[in-house]
Amino acid sequence: MEYILNRPDIILRLLGQHLFMTVSALLISIAIALPLSVVLLRSERVASAVLGVLGVLYTIPSIALLILLLPLFGLNQTSVIVALVIYTQIILVRNMVAGLRSVPSATLEAATGVGMSSWQRWYRVQLPLALPVILAGIRLATIVAISIATIGAKFGAGGLGTLLFDGIAQNRYDKIVAGALVVGLLALLLNRLLLLAEARFDPLKHVEPS
Amino acid sequence: MGTRRCKIMTAIRFENVTKQYANTTQPAVDNISCNVDEGSFVVLLGPSGCGKTTLLKMVNRLYEPTSGTIYLGQQDIRQIDATTLRRQIGYVIQQIGLFPHMTVAQNVGIVPELLNWQRDRIRQRVDELLALVDLPPDVYRDRYPSQMSGGQRQRVGVARALAGDPEVILMDEPFGAVDAITRTGLQDELIALQRKLKKTILFVTHDVEEALRLADKIIILKDGRLIQYDTPFNILSHPANQFVYDLVGADDIIRQLGLVRVDLAMKPLPADFVLNGRPTIARDDNLRRALSLLLNSNAPALTVTEGDQPVGILTLNNIQAYQ
Repeated sequence: MEYILNRPDIILRLLGQHLFMTVSALLISIAIALPLSVVLLRSERVASAVLGVLGVLYTIPSIALLILLLPLFGLNQTSVIVALVIYTQIILVRNMVAGLRSVPSATLEAATGVGMSSWQRWYRVQLPLALPVILAGIRLATIVAISIATIGAKFGAGGLGTLLFDGIAQNRYDKIVAGALVVGLLALLLNRLLLLAEARFDPLKHVEPS
Repeated sequence: MGTRRCKIMTAIRFENVTKQYANTTQPAVDNISCNVDEGSFVVLLGPSGCGKTTLLKMVNRLYEPTSGTIYLGQQDIRQIDATTLRRQIGYVIQQIGLFPHMTVAQNVGIVPELLNWQRDRIRQRVDELLALVDLPPDVYRDRYPSQMSGGQRQRVGVARALAGDPEVILMDEPFGAVDAITRTGLQDELIALQRKLKKTILFVTHDVEEALRLADKIIILKDGRLIQYDTPFNILSHPANQFVYDLVGADDIIRQLGLVRVDLAMKPLPADFVLNGRPTIARDDNLRRALSLLLNSNAPALTVTEGDQPVGILTLNNIQAYQ
């Protein structure tokens, strides 16, 4: 606690690095997952195959995956961001596919029937109705990304993990506590914000329990 | 056909329409040809799997025929861009067809919005239509479908189909998911609405009573083939074969009478007609009620009315002649 108050400059710098890795990885991951999910909707078989591969990737221990990525991207943030994209892909794609599939086919046919183009049908009907499930996936992926980004410090990417690893190496208990505390708070805060977004964008929030 | 001069125009024409799905041996729709007159209410009737929904959905190109041609007015529908075509055809399905994340106003206004109408005009149109289907706009405009009853949702569905002022409306078992009492009410409203608006309506149902109640003409389908295409009365009195006879229950005379509208059996007002206190019956009421009224009142004839205007007379003989 004291360390946080004494060295806000360090905390903020590391927090900034941590956020940068997490947010840029998530943005890239969403940009890949969304079109991928739309494609996967067309075929059940391809979808389960792709989800299977992404699931296997998710089971690789994060330190092992980072070591595999080092020769390709070097000892820096890029390797960590790529690893985060790979890990969050399964969470995002699985939720996006589930959300988009959950829209009743009759509703989609009604959309076509009233004369929506396939693009209009997608952004006016299918996406809004799938949004709560998609946002839940983004929230989960955010938490996972924050925790895995902590390991990035070992690979020259900086971030709040630096405090943890330095603390262990230097036997500085205050650094460990400070690092753990800020990472935890960050995860809680983003979780809270995204929960609010889910509630805000729930298309069926008007439904009264009857 | 374009040169033929006749008063009633053909709204929809099916010409040797066949739909063969890839995974079946028998076509879902088998070489159907028929005309639907402008302003008429035509019901597609048959057991499930007879091809009625497939035939309907080919009209707004949700399905494409394997062979044959469908004309809307004079135009081959394949020559119209599919979304353009759908925006000029009303489409009503069961209540699930409303968009649950949109308000009633947004649902009803969707076609005008897709047609890029001005916002004021859309709002005005929405209010007008909600009033038309008996949902006061001030109360219902901003509600969501989940906040309404099944019958109300179905009326929103009808209002949505009318929004772009289409000539043709397709209805796919629209009242299938509402309870029997609500359904009868909705049917009455639809009959009244149709009398006012004179749209061409193609209506799919497997409910014989509903078909006989609503239709100007019924197309009876079985295994993708057109078995009979005629008025409810002719179908009851002259079923084409045993299948139709069994389907419509042609042996139950009283039931039949309950399904025939008074104005189908009535005679025009005689030249010397005077209002003489005879019992009256509305022209859209049925012959069963007319029969009961004749027997109860012991009057020789009923005066048939529309609103409070006399439009014809009906005697026991007229009813009998209709058998």
